[in-house]
Amino acid sequence: MAGEKTILVVGGGIAGITAALEAAEAGSKVILVEKLPYLGGRVARLHKYFPKLCPPTCGLEINFKRIRNNPDLTVYTLAEVETITGGPGAYTATIKVNPRHVLDHAATSKCVEDCPAEIPNDFNYNMDKCKAVRLPYEMAYPMALVADAQALGKAKANPAFSAFVEACAGKGITIDLEAKPESFQVTVNSVVWATGWKPYDATKLETLGFGKCANVITNVMMERLAASNGPTCGAIVRPSDGKPVNNVAFVQCAGSRDRNHLPYCSSICCLASLKHATYLRDYNPDAQATIFYIDLRAYGRFEFFFDKVKADDRVSLVKGKIVNITEDPTTKDVIVEGEDILTGSRIRSTFDMAVLATGMEPTTRTEQVPAQGVSYDEFGFLVSDNGIHPAGVSRRPMDVGTCMQDATGAALKALQDTVGR
Amino acid sequence: MDHKLGVYIDTGHGIGQALDVEALMTVVKKEMKVPLCRADSYWDEPEKLAIIRNDIKNEELTAVVIAGPSSRVYQDVFRFEGIITERVNLREQVIWCQPANHEDTQMLAEDYLRMGITKTKKYEDRAPFMEETDKSILVIGGGISGMTAAFEASKAGYQIYLVEKAPELGGWTGKFSKVFTGKPPYDQIVDSPAKEKIAAVNGAANIKVFTGSRVYAISGAPGMFDVIIRPEGEWTTPMNEAQQHWLGKKLAQNAMEAQGIDVKEEDRAGQPPKIDTETLDFPYEKIRVGSVIIAAGWKAEDPGKYENLGYGKYPDVITNVQLEEMVAAGKIARPSDGKPVNSVAFIDAVQSDSANPFLYSSTVACMVALKQAQYLRKSNAQGKAYLFYENMRTPGQYEKYYQTLQDDPGIFLSKGTVKGVSNGSAGLGVEVKDTLLGEEIKVNVDLVVLSTGMVPVLNDESVVNLTYRQGPFLPQNPYGQYDSHFICFPYETQRTGIFAAGCARQPQDIQGCELDATGAALKAIQCVELVAQGKAVHPRAGDQSYPELFITRCTQCKRCTEECPFGMYDEKPDGTPLPNPTRCRRCAICMGSCPERIISFRDHHVDMIGSMVKSVNVPDAEDEKPRVIVFICENDAFPSIDMAGINRMQYSPFVRFIPLRCLGNINMVWIADSLSKGIDGVMLIGCKYGDDYQCHFVKGSELATYRMSKISETLQRLALEPERIEVHQLTLNEYHKVPELINKFIETLSGFEPNPYKGW
Repeated sequence: MAGEKTILVVGGGIAGITAALEAAEAGSKVILVEKLPYLGGRVARLHKYFPKLCPPTCGLEINFKRIRNNPDLTVYTLAEVETITGGPGAYTATIKVNPRHVLDHAATSKCVEDCPAEIPNDFNYNMDKCKAVRLPYEMAYPMALVADAQALGKAKANPAFSAFVEACAGKGITIDLEAKPESFQVTVNSVVWATGWKPYDATKLETLGFGKCANVITNVMMERLAASNGPTCGAIVRPSDGKPVNNVAFVQCAGSRDRNHLPYCSSICCLASLKHATYLRDYNPDAQATIFYIDLRAYGRFEFFFDKVKADDRVSLVKGKIVNITEDPTTKDVIVEGEDILTGSRIRSTFDMAVLATGMEPTTRTEQVPAQGVSYDEFGFLVSDNGIHPAGVSRRPMDVGTCMQDATGAALKALQDTVGR
Repeated sequence: MDHKLGVYIDTGHGIGQALDVEALMTVVKKEMKVPLCRADSYWDEPEKLAIIRNDIKNEELTAVVIAGPSSRVYQDVFRFEGIITERVNLREQVIWCQPANHEDTQMLAEDYLRMGITKTKKYEDRAPFMEETDKSILVIGGGISGMTAAFEASKAGYQIYLVEKAPELGGWTGKFSKVFTGKPPYDQIVDSPAKEKIAAVNGAANIKVFTGSRVYAISGAPGMFDVIIRPEGEWTTPMNEAQQHWLGKKLAQNAMEAQGIDVKEEDRAGQPPKIDTETLDFPYEKIRVGSVIIAAGWKAEDPGKYENLGYGKYPDVITNVQLEEMVAAGKIARPSDGKPVNSVAFIDAVQSDSANPFLYSSTVACMVALKQAQYLRKSNAQGKAYLFYENMRTPGQYEKYYQTLQDDPGIFLSKGTVKGVSNGSAGLGVEVKDTLLGEEIKVNVDLVVLSTGMVPVLNDESVVNLTYRQGPFLPQNPYGQYDSHFICFPYETQRTGIFAAGCARQPQDIQGCELDATGAALKAIQCVELVAQGKAVHPRAGDQSYPELFITRCTQCKRCTEECPFGMYDEKPDGTPLPNPTRCRRCAICMGSCPERIISFRDHHVDMIGSMVKSVNVPDAEDEKPRVIVFICENDAFPSIDMAGINRMQYSPFVRFIPLRCLGNINMVWIADSLSKGIDGVMLIGCKYGDDYQCHFVKGSELATYRMSKISETLQRLALEPERIEVHQLTLNEYHKVPELINKFIETLSGFEPNPYKGW
């Protein structure tokens, strides 16, 4: 694309998709680079958005349609930006594209059901397994299979493997375990950095039982449990025994607003847990949700949503800080302990399951922009906004709607870098 | 026009194994009379695409039909410049949801080919709407949002007009002594950025600033808005009153109609107040712009309702805005006697509950209270600040500011519900219950400061003053704000080319306003660029079709003017609609609303869909193969039905799906077309509506449901049962409900005789 005014967007979650599309629809050439085999990022793994309780796939679908319709936008999945050199208005970026290890014609997971190898399903936060050749989820963009070469390599000795490869060939699907990554350079005028966030590692919260108690899960896992394309097909059940849950504790600020973990507030976890209470109540009308919080942070119009959930008499809100979670070895029930902030009394209650509201850690905390002159705050969020522009949670913790706003703004910042050059 | 078609059937994907491809080709060639029909596997492959390209060139094709996987895939691959490309979904909606090599599956595939080819033949060759457009941008409001929008858009090279009603730029931000900016190190408050921003705006060569001015009228459409700017003055009051009066009446009328009450003539709002743009007997300036950013900001909520907290009763109970003014003037002093203030209670007054939901909760109230506590502490080392709140809300990195202030012994922070404020010899007594101390407490302070909500100025001032047929306002959503599709389209209002930014859109902090305004500026730029090319804006960006009206057949029923969610139509003196194509979002709701069927797009019109319906092969009654037409929204229902196929969910083979741009696009005549041809039932599947509607076009699904409630006349005329029509709402992720929805309807229909019009 030499000579053309081009914007590089790194990160194919909702912020990156938005920045890329908004810039492309304003007349720029755009290259969008995503590390995973599909676009959509964290949003693709949400069951519903607050406060409307509508499916994120609806919003993604329209964006995918915009992408397919726009010849000015080029998408690379399974791709990473290795280096960026140059300055505002003239950057050179090296992009490495990893192989999918499978060539197909918009096939789906159902087309490769007889794959003999399985891998942990990252899309479902490893709560189940998936085939080593699969479409990451049924609405994935691009609609193209991806194969785990390592897992398939191990399965080679299995006689079912060659039968599988042959069956695939009959369906226009070619497995290629030998494909190698390819790197190439692009010249761009501007960069939007939207690599998003990851859930704070709950195993670091040593006293809250994650990884030790079977029925302690995190908020992002709750999204998958509730989703009809999740590991339980939408059944909100206990990981230990698959039984429906009647009594669930939601533990807010699990690591957030905590100087030992994430000192800042992730802004969205309170609303997410209120939303999870609705998942639970919709799935099981007899269920009881208890939310332990320090401050319930619902802003602006989210206040309506808070009011709506609060009005449900089977959702109780306890201003309390949970400090310890253990499990009953026989029943696998979780025992939640802490302090009721208002009364000062001790909390000790038993629940079927506990959901930790872990916060958002910016990806840039551990994977920085491979370029000079980029600055971060003490938490790892991007601060500098010159030539390389942060969008979405790379800038600060924010909800989906705000990410879209922010990414639209980042698109203009990037567009400015293409003007008069 | 007559198209020269090529039809390409994909035998890959298992299609060749599941269907009789020869028979499909016979339908194409013999029945549909398209001589060029090829069957081969995987037309998406480069060498196969080359065959299509060769045909286009050698056979002078004007249109190609590709029958294979869903149009949701390879949209980018099957793109042939200047050639109409139609997709027939033989994969997701035929072989993946039906048994292979079954007579009914074959009939389904053949019908979809008939429908696709019929549709393609009906494409009309019409040029896009191109008129001379203007690319400059109007920004209303000279506060932090307006200034940012203006400056950022100007930096991208656009001419900006910035209108501010006050004599100077700056807005609220200009009045604040210190602010929190969302920038590191987060634990400090800093000088207001207003001065710097004002200088930047004034220094930009391509920004023209009108201070002490208001927008008197905006007429026209995106790319060609005519704006009259008038000096601020008394004229605003009567205009405002007239508009508010009408709006009040209109809302009352809507509420009555929603309850099914027959509204009397005198209770009807009638025509909205007109803005006279003919006799301009006052000083004014007229400009032309391409798009508009509304950054009219906020007003402090009326604190009058906090009488229980002493407001209005005791002079030393003030609002956070009043305290800010005090600090800006140089000193925190008691209004009652001018004495210095040693102690202040800050009360987060906005305590909404479900019985009394507060529309305009502020997102920044806690941060403001913390900031103001610090004002006191910095100006008076002995000063003591008490903060009482329901929930301390310091999002994101602002938490650090809160943590810093927690370490200040002069700031007492507690959750608490303030029972009341009284006046005593020791000053104002504030009684608080449910505190963190576990008991009721009473503190005596010199001053009480109430946080109040932020209400958009748009709510009760005439800011936009559109000369549109639907009225001068930006329509408000059920949450009292002005965006038309929360979450997914944050900037779009219900008036195309007019974008809300900053606190006009929702309460936010200064950093939020700046980022928001930058995004709004991008949308404004996008709009002027797209309309200059005759293209639609979001969500159908790039669409070059637009509605054209065969006006001589218009009966002045006004349904199109009233039902368009975006106020696209004005009215001519004779009562016929006056379209403004660049206001159009291309949802085709108007096409559905028109009983005379005179509204058409080049690639989507009443005859096209009607012909598709008529192309379905309806077996005789004795064959016991009912036929059902399902009109579906292409945005949600279509992908949802694809998902059902991808998951290999099986359902009745008797349905034929026809996607529409929006379910509100449904025209009653298609129902009549279907039934009079012998179709046994008609189903409509749209998105969820209500307060949290998902419709990309605000109310399409709801309108469709409303129209279907009036279908009885058509059914009576045909002597058919009302159960033959069903309307459903389906969200995209509810694809698992698709088989049940369809099979149940087929079952319902099995309770009736076959449609007697079969074979007519």
